[in-house]
Amino acid sequence: MPILSVENLSKSFGGLAAVSHVNMTLESQELVGLIGPNGAGKTTIFNLLTGVYTPTSGTITFAPNGEVYEIQGMRPHQIANLGIARTFQNIRLFKDMTVIDNVLISMHSQLSSSIASSLFRTSKFYNSEREMRKEALEYLSIFNLDKKPKVLAKNLPYGEQRHLEIVRALASKPSLILLDEPAAGMNQSETSHLSATIRRLKNEFGLTILLIEHDMSLVMELCERIYVLDYGMLISQGLPNEIKTDKRVIEAYLGEDAARDIETGGES
Amino acid sequence: MDVPRTVFTKRNLVWLAVCLSIYFLVFFLRSYGILGNYHEITIAQICINIMLAVSLNLIVGFTGQFSLGHAGFMSIGAYATSLALRSRPDTIGFLIGITIGSVLALVVGVIIGIPTLRLRGDYLGIATLGMAEIIRVVFLNLKITNGAAGLMGTFRAANWTWLYLLTVMAVLAINNFVNSSHGRACISIREDETASEAMGVNTTAYKIIAFAFGAFFAGAAGGLYSSYFYFIKPDLFGFLKSIDMLVIVVLGGLGSITGTIISAILLSLLTTILQDFSSVRMIVYSVILVIIMLFRPQGLMGTVEISHVIDKFARKDKEDANTVS
Amino acid sequence: MFLQQIVNGISLGSIYALMALGYTMVYGIIRLINFAHGDVFMLGAFIGFALSTRFSFSFFPALLMSMAACAAIGMGIERIAYRPLRESSRIAALITAIGVSLFIEYTMMYFVGARVRAYTPLLPSSIYTFRGVIFSFQQIVIIATTVALMLLLNFIVLKTKRGKAMRAVAADMDAAQLMGIDINKTISFTFLLGSALAGAAGVLVGIYYNSINPLMGSMLGMKAFIAAVFGGIGSIPGAMLGGLGIGIIETMVAGYANSMYRDAAVFLFLIIILIIKPTGLLGSSSGEKV
Repeated sequence: MPILSVENLSKSFGGLAAVSHVNMTLESQELVGLIGPNGAGKTTIFNLLTGVYTPTSGTITFAPNGEVYEIQGMRPHQIANLGIARTFQNIRLFKDMTVIDNVLISMHSQLSSSIASSLFRTSKFYNSEREMRKEALEYLSIFNLDKKPKVLAKNLPYGEQRHLEIVRALASKPSLILLDEPAAGMNQSETSHLSATIRRLKNEFGLTILLIEHDMSLVMELCERIYVLDYGMLISQGLPNEIKTDKRVIEAYLGEDAARDIETGGES
Repeated sequence: MDVPRTVFTKRNLVWLAVCLSIYFLVFFLRSYGILGNYHEITIAQICINIMLAVSLNLIVGFTGQFSLGHAGFMSIGAYATSLALRSRPDTIGFLIGITIGSVLALVVGVIIGIPTLRLRGDYLGIATLGMAEIIRVVFLNLKITNGAAGLMGTFRAANWTWLYLLTVMAVLAINNFVNSSHGRACISIREDETASEAMGVNTTAYKIIAFAFGAFFAGAAGGLYSSYFYFIKPDLFGFLKSIDMLVIVVLGGLGSITGTIISAILLSLLTTILQDFSSVRMIVYSVILVIIMLFRPQGLMGTVEISHVIDKFARKDKEDANTVS
Repeated sequence: MFLQQIVNGISLGSIYALMALGYTMVYGIIRLINFAHGDVFMLGAFIGFALSTRFSFSFFPALLMSMAACAAIGMGIERIAYRPLRESSRIAALITAIGVSLFIEYTMMYFVGARVRAYTPLLPSSIYTFRGVIFSFQQIVIIATTVALMLLLNFIVLKTKRGKAMRAVAADMDAAQLMGIDINKTISFTFLLGSALAGAAGVLVGIYYNSINPLMGSMLGMKAFIAAVFGGIGSIPGAMLGGLGIGIIETMVAGYANSMYRDAAVFLFLIIILIIKPTGLLGSSSGEKV
């Protein structure tokens, strides 16, 4: 059974279809790319998968560790607690909180002690707090952020903010993680480092990853399978090599004329 | 970064000592007559304002939910305590009244919070303002609360000991809540509600918890008020009272408990001083308000706590010592 | 009886609508609940009062001069108290607005005292009856003045260059600035329009209730703001509609139920509206981009 299956998913805003009749499946521990031109509806799909939007129609089935949940219509925090974590295209860290507190938020629903033991500062409170901090530092060490746990998130350089978003998502112990343009704004060497880390995360944590990215070389290098979206509809899917040569994909990205030019070798 | 194993750390023991010395200092100054009744009124006002403002800061400053109706919760505690003291004018009656009042305020907080906390920003502010007005109008029209004329007290149960004890307890409870995983969840809602939900925080639940918790302590503050100042009437708990509390919170710094305490003390003293110039009191108050906002809009402390500052200095001393050696 | 309440509600509601316009325009453009707006309205009532009693002006000159004076006061408040805070937190701006409001109320109280003054009858108190419904001449003037001012406002906002600039700034301040619109001037102009309408409402309310006092602005202002929220904040037709709605609800509750509960009813109604449709009747939703 695939870990995520999306059937006939549609979402419209006031009559405008942002996503229509999308079908997708992700097998466990797969690394899948979701690409498409700007405004194709990629982030809308992420928002549907994480419960920020309620689908107009269609089903989303999430099946981690042998359990099966229909998650469309669930609240975002419920979905998150079932094991879907995400990052945001336009970084959404808790800016005025420290680096470690950002990570601790994600661990909140698993490890925290009760309100009463927090109020009365029982030893249970101190134990859970200590355990959470230790674990948070371990997660932070993935991106070498464990050296600055007390820095405010807003004071981190841009690249590290993107890293912290990934750490924060990881700390909720997800089985599926959705990365929304993790390489946006990064230079060549940062991107290749990121690519290595994403692969490492997948293997180390046994994660399933769905990735939105505009950097085609990263997508082609990293992803095992790719879905292509245009105007809210899936126009193609397949292996990176198939996608590269798919006429519809080239059309979507470059326009029909350019696609014809490429096909005819620029003779016209 | 190190998390202690128990509550009995050196730092906490120092705080305990500070709290106890403040208590005994005022206690002895009172019994030797250095602090008179006039001063005690000011002290009572300070304690009550601290409770009100710290509990409001939990809602507005930490959780980021705009409330303009905190006086409504205060009035619930005040009326409950006053009524309890009527049927039993002693300390037991006071404790029963203040407990019922606080719990009632908490319950009303939950009932009000569930529908209104879905609103954001100014809309929430106006809705909470409306709720407080409705509570006021209810007290204005109930027979048991004696309408616009209000209730006279029967027994002054709240003395320095109760005022101080309850204030310290409220501040401690809110401080402990804020500095826990649950408090972090609340702060994350203030920072970015969407991201907070995506990380698995049940934002609705935490907004309601913060709101109800704040209402509980506002109710307790109301109970102290009615038993100390004797006389209550619905007009005391109008929009202006809620604004007073909000001003303390904003002046102290949204998200700083220490700042709130300092500004509660300063503003209560200011009110006392201005009492002698009653005709220009509100004019001076409003001018000071505007000037502070124009020159220090982030409040006295921002989001910084005094304990952070002390920690920083302590660490610095250590580092300096290291470099010397 | 029912029609009578409607007529009374509409005349009260038109005053709310005039004030609600000021709230809604200012909120639409700088996202500030201008708490001082109710007090500008109160000043308008007092200016009208002074002009008619001291200098025995008649209705129209008093109305126009009060509007002009309030427009100047409103612009002055924006310039001195709000403009320096445009970049700081919304809550700081809000506290400032409350500070300005208290300042105006209590300065006025200091000079004129807290006592309630009876408004000089600026208009003849003749009464007309039509199918059992009583219209007073005053009600007719209130409604007519409101309609005229609203038509004028609509013209300014929709047809003039300044009005278009206002709408542009309300829609997107940064983009408007890039298009060469002078933001400061436009915001000043918004305060000018809103405060002038508040001045008119002040004179009209003096006529309607026949009494004024320095604290009258806070509750009336609050209800006018509720009218703006009810109609959909930022929407000019919404403010008009909301004002009328609140006026009618208030007179209905006062007429059929207990008049003690009429303020509470308005608030309860607001909360219900906010929960059902948080953007108000005609407000557009601007969902957050994730």
